[in-house]
Amino acid sequence: MKISVADVEHVAQLARLELSEDEKSLFAGQMGAILGYVEKLKELNTEGILPTFHAVPMENAFREDLACPSIGVAKALANAPDRVESFYRVPKIIE
Amino acid sequence: MDICDLSIHELHRKLKSKEVSSVEATRAMLSRIETVEPRIGSFITVTHEQALADAEAADKRIAAGEMDVLTGIPLALKDIFLTEGVRTTCGSRILKDFVPPYSATAYEKLKEQGVVLLGKLNQDEFAMGSSNESSAFGITRNPWDTNRIPGGSSGGSAAAVAARLATATLGTDTGGSIRQPASHCGCVGLKPTYGRVSRYGVIAYASSLDQVGPLTRNVTDSAILLGALAGHDPKDSTSVNTPVPDYCAALTGDVKGLRIGLPTEYFIAGLDRDVQAAMNSAIATYRSLGAEFVDITLPHTDYAVATYYLIATAEASSNLARYDGVRFGHRAADAANLLDMYVKSRSQGFGAEVKRRIMLGTYALSSGYYDAYYVKAQKVRTLIMQDFTMAFAGVDVILTPVAPTPAFKIGEKVNDPLQMYLSDIFTIPVNLAGTCALSVPAGFSASGLPIGLQLIGKPFGEETVLRAAHAFEQATEWHTRKAVI
Amino acid sequence: MRFQPVIGLEVHVQLKTDSKIFCGCSTAFGSEPNSQTCPVCLGLPGALPVLNKKVVEFAIKAGLSTNCSITPRSVFARKNYFYPDLPKGYQISQFEDPVCQHGWLDITITAPNSISDVCQGGKEEATEAYSSVRRGDSDEANDGKRPKADSVKRIGITRIHMEEDAGKLVHGDVSGLEECSGVDLNRSCTPLLEVVSEPDLRSSDEAVAYLKQLHGIVTWLGICDGNMEEGSFRCDANVSVMPVGAEKFGTRAEIKNINSFKFVKQAIEYEIRRQIDLIEDGGTIVQETRLFDPDSGTTRSMRSKEEAHDYRYFPDPDLVPLVIDEAWVERTRGALPELPEQRRQRFMTAFALSAYDAEVLTASRELAEYFEACVALQANAKAVSNWIMGEITRNLNDSGTTIDSCPVTPRMLVELLKLIEGGTISGKIAKTVFDEMWSSGEEPAAIVREQGLVQVSDSGAIEAIIDEILAREAGQVQEYRSGKDKLFGFFVGQVMKASKGKANPAVVNELLLGKLKG
Ligand SMILES: [Mg+2]
Ligand SMILES: [Zn+2]
Repeated sequence: MKISVADVEHVAQLARLELSEDEKSLFAGQMGAILGYVEKLKELNTEGILPTFHAVPMENAFREDLACPSIGVAKALANAPDRVESFYRVPKIIE
Repeated sequence: MDICDLSIHELHRKLKSKEVSSVEATRAMLSRIETVEPRIGSFITVTHEQALADAEAADKRIAAGEMDVLTGIPLALKDIFLTEGVRTTCGSRILKDFVPPYSATAYEKLKEQGVVLLGKLNQDEFAMGSSNESSAFGITRNPWDTNRIPGGSSGGSAAAVAARLATATLGTDTGGSIRQPASHCGCVGLKPTYGRVSRYGVIAYASSLDQVGPLTRNVTDSAILLGALAGHDPKDSTSVNTPVPDYCAALTGDVKGLRIGLPTEYFIAGLDRDVQAAMNSAIATYRSLGAEFVDITLPHTDYAVATYYLIATAEASSNLARYDGVRFGHRAADAANLLDMYVKSRSQGFGAEVKRRIMLGTYALSSGYYDAYYVKAQKVRTLIMQDFTMAFAGVDVILTPVAPTPAFKIGEKVNDPLQMYLSDIFTIPVNLAGTCALSVPAGFSASGLPIGLQLIGKPFGEETVLRAAHAFEQATEWHTRKAVI
Repeated sequence: MRFQPVIGLEVHVQLKTDSKIFCGCSTAFGSEPNSQTCPVCLGLPGALPVLNKKVVEFAIKAGLSTNCSITPRSVFARKNYFYPDLPKGYQISQFEDPVCQHGWLDITITAPNSISDVCQGGKEEATEAYSSVRRGDSDEANDGKRPKADSVKRIGITRIHMEEDAGKLVHGDVSGLEECSGVDLNRSCTPLLEVVSEPDLRSSDEAVAYLKQLHGIVTWLGICDGNMEEGSFRCDANVSVMPVGAEKFGTRAEIKNINSFKFVKQAIEYEIRRQIDLIEDGGTIVQETRLFDPDSGTTRSMRSKEEAHDYRYFPDPDLVPLVIDEAWVERTRGALPELPEQRRQRFMTAFALSAYDAEVLTASRELAEYFEACVALQANAKAVSNWIMGEITRNLNDSGTTIDSCPVTPRMLVELLKLIEGGTISGKIAKTVFDEMWSSGEEPAAIVREQGLVQVSDSGAIEAIIDEILAREAGQVQEYRSGKDKLFGFFVGQVMKASKGKANPAVVNELLLGKLKG
């Protein structure tokens, strides 16, 4: 399985990661090797096999519609890298 | 008698008889941590003050006769469990200063019993690894041979138990992260059935595979901790509502007529000679105890690692999107704009292995590949589950090695991720099938490294697995050996 | 060249629950930023979502009321993208198996008053066609596919799915945010239904009609407060144009942030024009998301969010499948209120009301229920309808209140009507009494008694008044008798005036005629 540096750059962009040139070629090689290995799944015929998203069958977990007290602004913002008043502050979004 | 050598049920007896106080036990642990920990590196955070405060509260509770089995017991948690007011890093630079405003349900349940929190344990970053070498807070060394890895990702949890730096610890297991380090460090590690223990407040790696479990000195302690942790949590939609049995009552020591399956796919050529030998003697032991062996087949075993690395990385790529530097965690200084802040914060905050898995998972989910990779893997997962369902029609438990080899050398596999991944071949299928399994000490390599035995049970068959492991423990002395540090 | 607009709407309906869709935080609007948050809606590490059952019940109600089929086993999925108002880096939504599918709504299309479904190309002609259609008298535009006035058209609903809302971003207006943005996550995780229509709409009017219909249903059901200013009912429009008669739709633009019926019309009409002009100038439409600017009434591209559009949907492993069995569906169906359309029909058949009356009376659930309460008290349906559409509506508008805070209860109104029927008061007096009831809240009978407004039908008393008038107005009487018939009204007026409006008009007419004959 061939993974190009361009593929790596596209995926990194989707994942909001920044890779050095060395990392890019390193990852291209390693991802290629791993994806090459997973190609083996193609050997299996999965016609009509349903995918399993949870190994233990489960359905319908609900909560009732009851409003309960929130953790409060102080706790909500306690770990904020940057804040103003009771907002989290982030750099301008360039549209 | 060294308090640090005592297991949970041993220490509980001494606390109950007032022979030892929780404060004494805690002090003993803290001072051992001071002397031994520098050579092991199993802790990321040691909570001295809180530990002593917890211990004093526990002693009051004991004096008042309101004692539970875990009251006053000094425990430590993998740093993946959120602990309100105590820094929780998940072994990552991106969370190096994160102090959670709430606690994991698992920790809440232990607190209700009045445990003592010694600290937070080292791990592979975001539980992604099999050697603890991907931690942002330094490597953890194997107490049996400090040039070797303790296993991972709950390497700190296993090393701390083996080095007697905590009476017992908690870890998490996504592809073997409790069982493999337990095996490498010579302790008992239990991965319960998916949904048996709440995941609320446990930092997610791969949500459909993650499960919380104990690492302990012996099987009895494992049963005690599982009993304390198990149960439905309304905060976790995937936690099940089935009643929690008395796991300790299951430890009868009797395995007469127990049908144990031996999967041909697990006893392969590449298996380490010492590991094979340990398995053989374990089989002999069980025979002598009256258990019956049945050859079984789990035909899709060979596809488990590939399946796992698609599902786990896909879920991880999404689970780790919340680390964006907006509300908590590391934020890059000097970011020109928002996009720049995202990219820099995440690139500075995550280590290489985490980046690699985020990349893999993002690729597996990206348009054009979703069906070929993610959906295909979930279908193969169905086949792997069916393997186990069919096998369990004829057996009560399945016996396998935990890892193909004993603990490998530090640095041995860091540059070959695929080889690292393949070392989890025997533990991964259990997570994919969602069932329970346990690692119990079963011998040592020629070079004195612990070798673990894996007992796989039916979904919610923890009682049978614990009973089988306990009987084996009674018949052997492996668990009594102590690493010399 | 002539162009055919093709429009599909994606409507986000905020559900009227007490708590959020996946956590217990309150959904109340307008409190301190980040004060209504918890680990779940902040997307803190380790937090897990648990589905609010009320949201499912509301979704089923919406589905049944829009002729959808309810999906027996539906699944939540993660929509992955980075944005500061999206705490987890993904939105929990539904993708492959939405809770409701394959529904429809019938809309009534009345006389055209907007850019039509068929637009003339070419700058000059285009504006010509445009304006003439605006006047609604363009044969130019009337030929072809436009439905006749008041025709009914069926609009397909592709799907309805449940999802969580994002937080809010604040720019500028807070000190310290001049160069940055502020993130408020109070709205994060509030429950939404996204209702996606088929591209069946052919004009801005059809779009507005469909939107009003949907708005009427969700507010009628009580699952949404319908407040568009606060964003409880938001609309995105997918707009494209294609040459008339073409098979293949044109490239569409998705217009976001349309938060009033007026703006929907504006935004769609602007976009249709923009696309036609662009094509006329030899340009090509690019698929993109465009933002509607209410101030300028225009749309502008917001490409930055477009770049690398790959949401990587996959089933959320933190949530379990949602299974809705027949019993649950039927239980919900049984609890559904009668919908506006059904009730309109019933009003027409059961009470012989005109389509127009029925329309007005079912404008809101409360108004319709007021009407029914009156009829239940044995009042004449048509009379009640007239009073509601006349006096009551007028007074409500003047006082800027709604029917549920109407000082005149159905019982009081019916008693007033009975006084008219029984001849106790005249229709004219009744209006005076009504105004008194409105301001004082007093019983009509009491008002009539205290103010002595009882109608006088006793011919003796009325005759006396008439004689007096005829004596006073001898000259007019002459003129009348010499053939000036139209003076009759003058005499009636005089009599009514003298009797302070209390004289029974019928008796007055009868006696007057007799006496004037002489
Ligand atoms: Mg949406
Ligand atoms: Zn919340």
